[in-house]
Amino acid sequence: MADVQTSKVKFSFSTQLRENPVAQGLALISPTFLYLLIFMILPMLLVAILSFMMRGSYGNIVYRFSIGNYTRLADTLYLRILAYSLGVGLATTIFTILIGYPLAYYIARAPTRQRSILLFLILVPFWTNFIIRIYAWIMILRTEGFLNTLLLNLGLINVPLDILYTPTAVLIGMAYEFLPFMVLPLYTSLEKIENAQLEAAADLGARPWRAFLRVTLPLSVPGMIAGSILVFIPAMGMFVVPDLMGGAKTILVGNLIRNQFLVSRDWPFGAAASMLLMILTLAFTLYYTRKAGFGGEELLI
Amino acid sequence: MSEYAVEMQNVVKIFPTPEGGEVTAVDHVTLRIQHGEFFSLLGPSGCGKTTSLRMMAGFEWPTEGEIYIDSKAMGRIPPYLRTVNTVFQSYALFQHMSVFQNVAFGLEMENVNKAEISRHVANALEMVKLTGMDRRKPRQLSGGQQQRVALARALVKRPAVLLLDEPLGALDLKLRKEMQLELKALQEHVGITFIYVTHDQEEALTMSDRIAVMSQGKTLQIGTPLEIYERPNCRFVADFIGETNFLKGTVKKVDKEKVTVLLTSLSKEIEGLGQGSFIFGQDVTVSIRPEKIRLADDTGAGALKGLENFLHAKVVRTAYVGSDTRVFLDLGKDIKMRAWEQNHVSTLDPDAYYAVGDVVRVYMPIENTLVLPEG
Repeated sequence: MADVQTSKVKFSFSTQLRENPVAQGLALISPTFLYLLIFMILPMLLVAILSFMMRGSYGNIVYRFSIGNYTRLADTLYLRILAYSLGVGLATTIFTILIGYPLAYYIARAPTRQRSILLFLILVPFWTNFIIRIYAWIMILRTEGFLNTLLLNLGLINVPLDILYTPTAVLIGMAYEFLPFMVLPLYTSLEKIENAQLEAAADLGARPWRAFLRVTLPLSVPGMIAGSILVFIPAMGMFVVPDLMGGAKTILVGNLIRNQFLVSRDWPFGAAASMLLMILTLAFTLYYTRKAGFGGEELLI
Repeated sequence: MSEYAVEMQNVVKIFPTPEGGEVTAVDHVTLRIQHGEFFSLLGPSGCGKTTSLRMMAGFEWPTEGEIYIDSKAMGRIPPYLRTVNTVFQSYALFQHMSVFQNVAFGLEMENVNKAEISRHVANALEMVKLTGMDRRKPRQLSGGQQQRVALARALVKRPAVLLLDEPLGALDLKLRKEMQLELKALQEHVGITFIYVTHDQEEALTMSDRIAVMSQGKTLQIGTPLEIYERPNCRFVADFIGETNFLKGTVKKVDKEKVTVLLTSLSKEIEGLGQGSFIFGQDVTVSIRPEKIRLADDTGAGALKGLENFLHAKVVRTAYVGSDTRVFLDLGKDIKMRAWEQNHVSTLDPDAYYAVGDVVRVYMPIENTLVLPEG
């Protein structure tokens, strides 16, 4: 009897999988779901709990509830770091839009056969380790670097430019690192714009720049939003670029968190800073997407 | 006022192919389109009709020749400076704008003030029966409604010439028929020159004042629907527009318009109207439309007086379609013809119709029997 029942259960499970879209959906997302549950949601819960604990005198964790880590974050020193990080995140986003848009536009307008080659070239930098690429930038930007040597030899400058270990260097490094994340979504939305739309605009009397402002630009907004999210969020938490290219002078919230965990050994405070960063980016992203109407059914189509 | 609304003079358009070759899309086309005319460019796909239209709009520039709009040479004048507007096959409505914004777009480009724009847009929407739809987005409209928005968007600019690129192609048959009549009425109402690209011969015949039949980049015949249908000047036009029967032969005698042709395989002579000039011995094609043929018994009892032009045939199959009966004929030597017999006699007697195997006389009235140049 028991055997019969087991086979019945099996039968109904496979039938469900075949016929029930909910069961299919669950089966498809469960590997990802389990992975994220174990490696992301649980650690994040740990960090959240940790942020309410206290640091012992030897860098150990004292398991006693406290909101002291959060009140400590309200210090102007940390608020300034936070504000500065926000600024760098925004600047990186704007900078990648400014240089990424013409690039994405060019690729989207190129002949079909060239497009795949150009897109491929965008991804080529990812073949090399990120740290190595940052060192390459250091070689270019430092006082006796390629850029200064070139400009001096051309006679364009008399004194080497101090770029490395300044906020400018950080911005250059950030924009370099995140450019593909802006270009690819922008390309996707620009490529979708039918040529007939631009012809219609011209036909109705729009000069090229007006056609761009009224047709191309609005139709590429979804790509710009997607790109901004992909750039802004990781840029906020980035600590390698400010560390290596900004020198000790530039401390972003990412560096702050890293230092708490690895240098000061104040895990609870680092956890609190992480939580704050997460909440801020989440709030910012939600506000940004809502304001632009992203996520509404209109732009999803 | 200039002499013609649009004139194409010896226009050639050559496109490079991706393989490095060249393809001639438009091959020495000359057209003169009158003011207020409903003019159709008709032909199969790839015949150069859309390329011709796109050159008038300014999306493409001629490789050779010149296009004049209101007697002004267009040269390389861009679309936004031309006094023509286009209704696109795909409509090309701006998806991110409402119906109102779509229609207002062209007026905004002319920097018309807001009050004027509202008035003109309201009028244009009323004209295409879309009043009250102004806040909708294009994707919230049916295909027919999108079509009307595209029409209103172009017409609100009061263009000298409206260019329409297969505008009804995406609509279902019933809606297409309705829109054909509506478009024609609209054109008469606004009095704007319409240049209409289509591959649908019935559509072209229904709506046009004149039609240019195109094939392989060339215009084969330009004329009224009546001329195109009744007096096609070549085999392609006769075949493309409506249905027709072709018989091969050689010229035996030319008497002004009347040409006597020997149907070689049937060893029978037949008379017809020559379309062009002919010489003795020339290979020709005789063309007659199925509904122009008159059938009669071979007994001679029902012979039609005054008609000497006939062939003998055997009835192979008949198809009763209500308004007429389609009779399929075999003339021997593998020559087949079709005749549409109009059901003008009210009868339910099946014997009143031809039966399979009957031998009949196929009368071909001279004025409807055309002799065309190609063999």
